[in-house]
Amino acid sequence: MLALWVVLAVVVVTLVVGLVVVVPRRRRGSGGSGSAGAATATIAKPPPAPPASKAPPTPAAAPPGPSDTASLEAEAEAEVEVEVAVAPELRERMGKTRGLFSGYVRALRSRSSVDDEAWDDLEEALLRADVGVVTTTALLEDLRARVHAGELRGADAVVAALREDLRRSLDTADGNGLSFDTDGTCVWLFVGVNGVGKTTTIGKVARREKAAGRSVLLAAGDTFRAAAAEQLEQWAQRAGVEIVRGAEGGDPSAVVFDAVQRAQARGNDLVLADTAGRLHTKVNLVEELKKIRRVADRPPGHVTEVLLVLDATTGQNGLTQARQFLEAVGVTGVVLTKLDGSAKGGIVIAIQRELGLPVKLVGLGEGPDDLVPFDADEFVAALFD
Amino acid sequence: MFDALSDRLEGILGRLRSRGRLSDADVDEALREIRTALLEADVDVGVARALVQGIRARVVGEELSKSLSPGQQVVKAVHDQLVEALGGETLRLAYASTPPTVVLLAGLQGSGKTTASAKLARWFRQQGRNPLLVGADLQRPAAVEQLRILGEQAGVPVFSEPTDPVAVAAAGLREAQRLGRDVLIVDTAGRLAIDEALMDEVRRVSGAVSPHYTFLVIDAMTGQDAVATARAFHDSLALDGVILTKLDGDARGGAALSVKDVVGRPIAFASTGERLADFDLFHPDRMASRILGMGDVLTLIEQAEREFDHDVATEGATRMLEGRFTLEDFLSQLQQVKKLGSLGGLLALMPGVPKEVKQNANIDDGQVAQVEAIIRSMTRRERGEPGVIDGSRRSRIARGSGTTTQDVNQLLRQFKEAQQLMRSPGMLGGMLGGGAKGKLAQALADRMGDAGDAGDPGLDSLSARSLGAGRPGAGFGPPGGGAKGRPGTKKKKGGRVTPKGGGGR
Repeated sequence: MLALWVVLAVVVVTLVVGLVVVVPRRRRGSGGSGSAGAATATIAKPPPAPPASKAPPTPAAAPPGPSDTASLEAEAEAEVEVEVAVAPELRERMGKTRGLFSGYVRALRSRSSVDDEAWDDLEEALLRADVGVVTTTALLEDLRARVHAGELRGADAVVAALREDLRRSLDTADGNGLSFDTDGTCVWLFVGVNGVGKTTTIGKVARREKAAGRSVLLAAGDTFRAAAAEQLEQWAQRAGVEIVRGAEGGDPSAVVFDAVQRAQARGNDLVLADTAGRLHTKVNLVEELKKIRRVADRPPGHVTEVLLVLDATTGQNGLTQARQFLEAVGVTGVVLTKLDGSAKGGIVIAIQRELGLPVKLVGLGEGPDDLVPFDADEFVAALFD
Repeated sequence: MFDALSDRLEGILGRLRSRGRLSDADVDEALREIRTALLEADVDVGVARALVQGIRARVVGEELSKSLSPGQQVVKAVHDQLVEALGGETLRLAYASTPPTVVLLAGLQGSGKTTASAKLARWFRQQGRNPLLVGADLQRPAAVEQLRILGEQAGVPVFSEPTDPVAVAAAGLREAQRLGRDVLIVDTAGRLAIDEALMDEVRRVSGAVSPHYTFLVIDAMTGQDAVATARAFHDSLALDGVILTKLDGDARGGAALSVKDVVGRPIAFASTGERLADFDLFHPDRMASRILGMGDVLTLIEQAEREFDHDVATEGATRMLEGRFTLEDFLSQLQQVKKLGSLGGLLALMPGVPKEVKQNANIDDGQVAQVEAIIRSMTRRERGEPGVIDGSRRSRIARGSGTTTQDVNQLLRQFKEAQQLMRSPGMLGGMLGGGAKGKLAQALADRMGDAGDAGDPGLDSLSARSLGAGRPGAGFGPPGGGAKGRPGTKKKKGGRVTPKGGGGR
């Protein structure tokens, strides 16, 4: 068991470090109040929401703060009318920049032969799309071999072949639909690191599922971040669904548990559970997430999707995130957010190739309808546009 | 310096020992490896190219060092190049003659602006200032609420009103003047750099308050997009500096290089965790090590300081040094160390660990869990006196932990050997001594110097003096440590995940 030795070495060195540095400083331990008591779940009924607008929210329209809820309830008497706006087309919304990628491709196509410079350009194009060194090398080596073998002739053929390779890399046998069944209370768990867009995504998914005729309940499983539950609550209002909250600083598993119980009692079809953003490097936070998943999966709960929310601007660390979360809680799919920006999100290619994790949804903005199912064709086409 | 890049370069340049100088050809392959390492670290493609050229210029024709291997020599050159690229001019914060000094934070959605605003406010407070926070993010649900809560934790008032960002900012400035606050920190909504309307809005917000300092807040895990983003924000706002966030993750952080290159302004601050105290000046040398995937001992030390339960750690270390380190101690210290992150990741941070170990160790959490399970299946007495463990006890332990008696035997045997090693007088000397391991000693020495001194010549004048005084624990930070049950505090309650074995299944 070499591991023991290594572990011991790590422990010993760290201890030495701790002793030598910590003691002289008389540093107090990070004491402080532990987590609050058991979460008391409360259901917040959405006050009758104003009719949904199609346009993305303008800066001038400030969402009501918690203190305004009362007045909001008083004001709005209209029934909840959730309009389903036309979902934006992936290609349209995806990074309006005519990226460097397309520039390289155009330049390439104008060449008759595929010389070294051409390969360099292709490589650069892929790297700039965050496809990553390993995947880029693999893709290009394969193409080079085929050119060498005479299978591909000319720049056009190479570009087309690359496109096809990329598309195929993103294809998934199981398709990328979201798994739902009526076996108990269906739970979709949303996980990921900080700031990726989990809460916003849940808001969008809630809206979508409700429009599809499902009865949705939100679980404010982020009990850590300041005003996280408030944020999700506003999304609940926008989507016209109910939400279960707990005490701030409370146990997130308890909130999810309560939500599943409520859903069972009230006949909700689907629980969307938010969790606090957490870096995969924090062991105890990952342990906490494992527990949340276990609790959510206890009958009558049934976790059918664990969605890793990933920011399209993320670089190679995205693959590490995917790997770690997959190992920890069995991620079933990826939601790629902020694809309306200039980032291409190429890391999902590596994620699919190496981990078999498909992208299921794509986020294209901060509005409640800015969510579309992932489409490999569109995604790749947008890269080359 | 043992680490992945160094090893790869070692392989390439190892045969050069006999020759006198590094030639172009020698260096070519090495430079390719370096380029790969930089790209894997998310450094912008163009920036990486330029860096590699710079390294080539530095290295070609250089005489082979007597004390460093060619691989190490090249790595050092790379490291130096990066430090230069990341460092240079440090940000010197000068306060406005007519208060308040206005600071504006801008960046993409989710980059960490709101948290950074509160951290910055707390930082200013530590400098003896009276900041006011302005919540000008009216776009994201409950953003102002979040800032209010954080402001309370930081002991800084928060101003906002549900009008529009430009109006709020202007009103915030008037409020600061009215209240006699000398620093104004404006948090803005996240926005896409390619969204013309929103970029225009932030320009107008800036126009309304005329900031003395505008910071771009950028996530350390950002990939190739960092350049486009930085460029756009810099063109719109004329940035004065950058705040790099989420450095507590394991993203290599190449974005730092890219952004610094584009903006040409210092990376002023580094945000290294979710608590308000996790905020510090940026250290170019540490970042350079991190980008190269090299060990960063100082960060390890800081993390240990933050995460360890002080008493438990001291106890364990003392017992170890006194040769009384038992399995029980090992178990509790292991819990401490796990707080710092995955053990495999920690291993990467350790200097002086032979590379064979690093390569072959492959610590997987399952193995660690197994070790834990075995120890947990022992009684207190058995942990303290493993000598009493006979055959029947061994079987019981094996059953309880789901392992075999061979596994139990092996653990006991290895631990005994380790104990003997720990008792040997030379061990600690070896750990802290010279050579490669000396790096640890050096780092510790630097560190302790840091604690005592009023200033560190490498740091900016403003913060150096106050660094000593304004350390966490000085009473700032939320009553509960802001942790609310996060790292450190939860541990104390004693309850945690039961490993697979569980005590006595």
